[in-house]
Amino acid sequence: MLKKLFALILIGGLGLIFFQLYNQRSRREGLTKTASYYTEKGPAETRSANIVTSVVVTYRGLDTLGEVTILFAAASIIGFFLKRSEKGSKDKTIRNQSSELLQTGSMLLVPLIFLLGIYVFVNGHLSPGGGFQGGAIIASGTVLAFLANPSFEGGRTLIHILESLSGMFYVGIGVAGIFLAAGFLDNRIFPTGNVGSFISAGAIPVIYSIIGLKVGAELSAILYSLRDTKEQQ
Amino acid sequence: MLPVLLTILVIIMLLGGLLAVEHKSLLIGVISAGLVSLTASIIYVILAAPDVAMTEAAIGSGLSTVMFLYVLRRIKGDSNA
Repeated sequence: MLKKLFALILIGGLGLIFFQLYNQRSRREGLTKTASYYTEKGPAETRSANIVTSVVVTYRGLDTLGEVTILFAAASIIGFFLKRSEKGSKDKTIRNQSSELLQTGSMLLVPLIFLLGIYVFVNGHLSPGGGFQGGAIIASGTVLAFLANPSFEGGRTLIHILESLSGMFYVGIGVAGIFLAAGFLDNRIFPTGNVGSFISAGAIPVIYSIIGLKVGAELSAILYSLRDTKEQQ
Repeated sequence: MLPVLLTILVIIMLLGGLLAVEHKSLLIGVISAGLVSLTASIIYVILAAPDVAMTEAAIGSGLSTVMFLYVLRRIKGDSNA
């Protein structure tokens, strides 16, 4: 009873805060100074058709690097705390089989889901979406593979290689920006091309592909370590 | 038209959230939590934020729902054997 009362008071307080915010808001005319800079100069400077991408990868690229680092830290900590079941004990706790439907369906769907994820991050500078979204789509493909076949083992080494290399390349491209262009993570180290064509926006597609591979590998690694934890009896 | 549509979507979201918390079955809880994210991503598309909508759909309603289902399957795997 007391617990419920406490929860109710908490929800009421939250509601009050949001109501205050809603009441005080006023319709803004035009954009803020930074936002108008991004929308006016963004396409001309970065040659990216998607302004959000140009902000995420170039203007605020350092923040994105921070996000990727946090994800990496989370994946490492999860891998550290979830111990792998001993390799010696070969009896991999007979897991119950998935249905025929799921097994057959996943064989068709998993490659297509991977392809969609790759499409999303490769086209990040042209259409909505990008590295994080594409990486998450790839990771959901991995979950589907696990659901269909609990002892799925494909690509574990590939994941580790991608995880390590893509982080290095990301920082490497950022540092190259200092020497070849205006600053850290500047996208103009490659020719920028025309707005809207596939090969355009300089380093943005390259960086976003690296982010996509990194996020996909990172989340898949988390899934692998979740799967491999010792089963508690 | 837009406010009506948004109101309907927000009501669906609230109902989904309530169902996720209150329903006895964990499976239905997980799926209605995914429904909340899915409705949120529809709202983002309507409010012209496709990038955010994509993140919400991929992570909120896709990855985390499937991951919860996977965990549910692992938890139940032992007792149902």
